[in-house]
Amino acid sequence: MSAQAGQALLNVSYDPTRELYKQINPAFAADWKAKTGETIELQASHAGSGAQARAVIDGLNADVVTLALAADIDAIATKTGKIPADWQKRLPNNASPYTSTIVFLVRKGNPKGIKDWSDLAKPGVAVITPNPKTSGGARWNFLGAWGYGLDKFKGDEAKTKDLVKAIYKNAPVLDTGARGSTITFAQRGLGDVLIAWENEAFLALQEFGADKFEIIAPKLSVLAEPPVAVVDGNAEAKGNKKVAEAYVNFLYTPQAQAIIAKNFYRPAHPEAAAKEDLKRLPKIEFFTVDKTFGGWAAAQKKFFADGGVFDDIQKQEPAK
Amino acid sequence: MTSPTFAGRNARRFKAPSVIPGFGLTFGYTLLYLGLVVLFPLATLVWRSSGLGFSGLYHIAIEPRVAASLQTTFSIAFLAAIIDLIFGLIVAWTLTRYDFPGRRLLDAFVDLPFALPTAVAGISLAALYAPNGWFGAPLADIDVKIAFTRWGILVALVFIGLPFVVRTVQPIISELEVELEEASGTLGASRLQTVVRVLLPPLVPALLTGFALAFARGVGEYGSVIFISGNIAYVSEIAPLLIVVKLEQYDYAGATGIATIMLAISFIALLVINLIQAWSRKRFGHV
Repeated sequence: MSAQAGQALLNVSYDPTRELYKQINPAFAADWKAKTGETIELQASHAGSGAQARAVIDGLNADVVTLALAADIDAIATKTGKIPADWQKRLPNNASPYTSTIVFLVRKGNPKGIKDWSDLAKPGVAVITPNPKTSGGARWNFLGAWGYGLDKFKGDEAKTKDLVKAIYKNAPVLDTGARGSTITFAQRGLGDVLIAWENEAFLALQEFGADKFEIIAPKLSVLAEPPVAVVDGNAEAKGNKKVAEAYVNFLYTPQAQAIIAKNFYRPAHPEAAAKEDLKRLPKIEFFTVDKTFGGWAAAQKKFFADGGVFDDIQKQEPAK
Repeated sequence: MTSPTFAGRNARRFKAPSVIPGFGLTFGYTLLYLGLVVLFPLATLVWRSSGLGFSGLYHIAIEPRVAASLQTTFSIAFLAAIIDLIFGLIVAWTLTRYDFPGRRLLDAFVDLPFALPTAVAGISLAALYAPNGWFGAPLADIDVKIAFTRWGILVALVFIGLPFVVRTVQPIISELEVELEEASGTLGASRLQTVVRVLLPPLVPALLTGFALAFARGVGEYGSVIFISGNIAYVSEIAPLLIVVKLEQYDYAGATGIATIMLAISFIALLVINLIQAWSRKRFGHV
């Protein structure tokens, strides 16, 4: 089929971007209409990042994927061949039109006095975080703690491991997804601190009231880069290639960047965002997965694959 | 009448002529339907894990984390099915033998766990039993934790398994004649003797069926459990969650491997229950 006006464009995304793309999509549709006169219908699909990648691999007809980690898009690329291997170089900023980071959400007044990653390892602090085995967001949490440990102990892996192990020992629950953890912490009232995406923490403040929780920003955290890519194979077959490329490029425009900042993500081009939106985001020193861990493929293999560091950390727990 | 899963004792033999025609057609349809809907997907499952071989499956099963989750899943499902057995019998008895205002409404409530999406069940149970929930808060005061422990799994499985026992036992109870109890009473039996020697034996096959169904459902349950169990490795991690974890790593063989192991254990368990059922049928006979 050739390019047809009025064909739906499917963006397969992950959970915490639900609110963001609800605002981006109409803006893009209006922009596309103004430029080409074509009406484009936009569909968005949201679930856990890994589950979404698997759905695309198994045949979900996505034109565009906007996922939580590069590893998930890598998996689509290698398993289906519908995305070229160098996809991350095709768009600016590592194909991430927005970034985020990992912060702490604590109860009002911060009764346990949590200021930094090392405070999460203290006895008596209940930490809520999802399971890195099932949640992309949880993997960012883990790497945040690990990167902090490497920095603090000057690259000593053994000491870092002890710290991260102590943090996970403090976790009474491992939910399967980031949203689940937010609910466990905010609604069920469990735990003293939630390790969360920055945008998710702000959403929780908005949703449950700033009088109940506050955001604590660690001095050092991981720069989370959720990437986007056109699924060439699908978009070409559907005749959507052009509009799909326009869609991902639109994410870098000043208009989209302003929407991104409004939704608590850190825009790639902050100059386009409203000042008050930027002001709420705390100053944090970042390290990147590429520099600290040698990219997602390496991090995934070392920490989260079967028999990796995370399995090891849990293994030494005595069975009760 | 015996338990609904078994053909009546006057079922026809394979080749015996029948007044009502159409056996060939219906038998063919039955085979096709079962094959397409049940056997084919299961065969695919076994086929996808067959690359592992028997030793591969064995290695998956004895991997400590998998072994712990299998133990958690099967033991808690078994315990939950036992609880459902006892309370399901009481519920079924009350609903069939007594008449009271609102009985029909109550009767309809029994089916709700069938109809509810399991995730909804899990979320509501977690909200109830969480340390700040309606049940959880008073329990937390006396230092009892339900949600996010193994007890949470039990609560979820008891909830979703109850209708299986009630619905299999109910028709049998309604067929038990009150005269039998009266006869037993006039012959000098105590209430307990009447219950144990007159009322229970005909119920045993149906109870076992209900138990098996509740157990099987509990083993496969995912949605309602992951919200309330806490999912801590070696403690409250269920086998279906490990399957999802394997899928998350694109490890289809590993995932189907665990699934095949679960299938095998369930099959053996159900077979044993069926054997006991057949034995009890012989022992106690038909009503």
